Amino acid sequence: MKIRSALARWCPALVRPLLALALAAGAVLAGTGAGAGTLIVQSTTSTRNSGLYDHILPAFEKDTGIKVKVVAVGTGQALKNAARCDGDVLVVHAKPDEEAFVAKGHGIRRHPLMHNDFVIVGPRDDPADVRHARSAADALTRIAKAGAPFVSRGDESGTHKKEKALWKAAGLDPSAASGGWYREAGAGMGATLNMAAGMGAYTLSDRGTWLAFNNRGDLALLFAGDPALYNPYGLIIVNPAHCPNVNIEDARVFRDWLLSEKGQRLIGSYRVHSEQLFFPDALPQKDGNGKDKAE
Amino acid sequence: MAATFYRDLAEIVTLSLEVSLGAVVLAALLAVPLGAVLALGRFRGRGALVLLVNAAMGLPPVVVGLGLYLLFSRAGPLGPLGLLYTPAAMIIAQTILVIPIIASFTRETVEGLAAEYGDMLAVLRAGFGQRLLTLLVEARPALLTAILAGLGRALSEVGAVMIVGGNIAHYTRVMTTAITLETSKGNLALAMALGGILLTLALGLNLAVGLIRERMQEPTHA
Repeated sequence: MKIRSALARWCPALVRPLLALALAAGAVLAGTGAGAGTLIVQSTTSTRNSGLYDHILPAFEKDTGIKVKVVAVGTGQALKNAARCDGDVLVVHAKPDEEAFVAKGHGIRRHPLMHNDFVIVGPRDDPADVRHARSAADALTRIAKAGAPFVSRGDESGTHKKEKALWKAAGLDPSAASGGWYREAGAGMGATLNMAAGMGAYTLSDRGTWLAFNNRGDLALLFAGDPALYNPYGLIIVNPAHCPNVNIEDARVFRDWLLSEKGQRLIGSYRVHSEQLFFPDALPQKDGNGKDKAE
Repeated sequence: MAATFYRDLAEIVTLSLEVSLGAVVLAALLAVPLGAVLALGRFRGRGALVLLVNAAMGLPPVVVGLGLYLLFSRAGPLGPLGLLYTPAAMIIAQTILVIPIIASFTRETVEGLAAEYGDMLAVLRAGFGQRLLTLLVEARPALLTAILAGLGRALSEVGAVMIVGGNIAHYTRVMTTAITLETSKGNLALAMALGGILLTLALGLNLAVGLIRERMQEPTHA
């Protein structure tokens, strides 16, 4: 009797781990048969954190039956992971690096996917008077002059690369002030916004993450609109010549779908607080000859 | 909306339990014999091995994650297995983190029991295997505590599963990586709620094991 009741007590506790083991074994077996019907997308964080994938991927999976697994890391890390063949498709935003990735033979080619812009956010009382800046470079100069705290991503992400380019354009080197007013977070966009909100600091954010961000505290959008803040997203299929494991067929389906009129319209239709986050860059042009510029 | 929310939540909680319990079962299968052999065995390098296992209790999860990433990456030596970004990789990572905890606990307990029952076992002329088994049976309650400590480690770590799992929605997203993600989105209330669930789970598991332990310590010949 004792043994029986002990068994009854232990059984539920044992079933789950056994299931997990079976699952693990299954995953190993499935892994060797390499993901027919699943795609790994190495992505920047902004497209996930803003909720874009939740908006478009269910439609894609329904249309094609292909399962998409998004690994969202900074653009720099996404490019490195893809160069190590740990992904089939890239969705990132650092055009010069994307072109270098393709030039090295790691990717087939870069397709313009969509764009939005970067914005400078900071404390509402704006001690550096960034609101009245004439350009993005001027805004950063004002922050540096005031010695106002600025949180940098510091993670080689697309946003971080853009920020470094902007400092350079302003003729400034903030790294001398690192640890002082210039604070390198080494974190994703959301975590960086949390920090900026926590210490009343300025930071550069992509508009998508900023709009979808829910812990703004005293932060406000202070500067936007300079063409230098343009933020283009590119799509690249990892080159099968470099990585034989790439699921090239499904990757092509994914690319064609995202660049198609349906995919592009879906991207353009995504709204947070009734604001459009991403602007499609590959909408087929319906001009006379009906040729589209997607391919 | 609410329905998908609860479905997603259930999915995340289930995967957390599957991965961490899976890791703890695997770890226990390896670590209990290892600990017992370390306690009773007399072989060269035993002292160094004991030290190593104890030190490994402090293994930083991110370092384990990074090491496994390099191993499982397509460009790495085990790349062809296709384990990166799978629940299996997460189970392996947590198993590595839990093994030292269970092995150390086991070794200490069995060593203590061996000192206590050594004479009796000698009188009975028990062989190595018999002694090992007898002492392990005696050590059950302590082993349960060790396993619980391991489970705590597995359920709460985020560094390793984030790197080798990739925090992929509906596939490798567990409680801790979901909390990190929601925090980074600024959804602090949701992140806290997830934290509350994780805590409740840990508490519930502890309670359950506490009850089992109590039953074990009752005389078995009633």
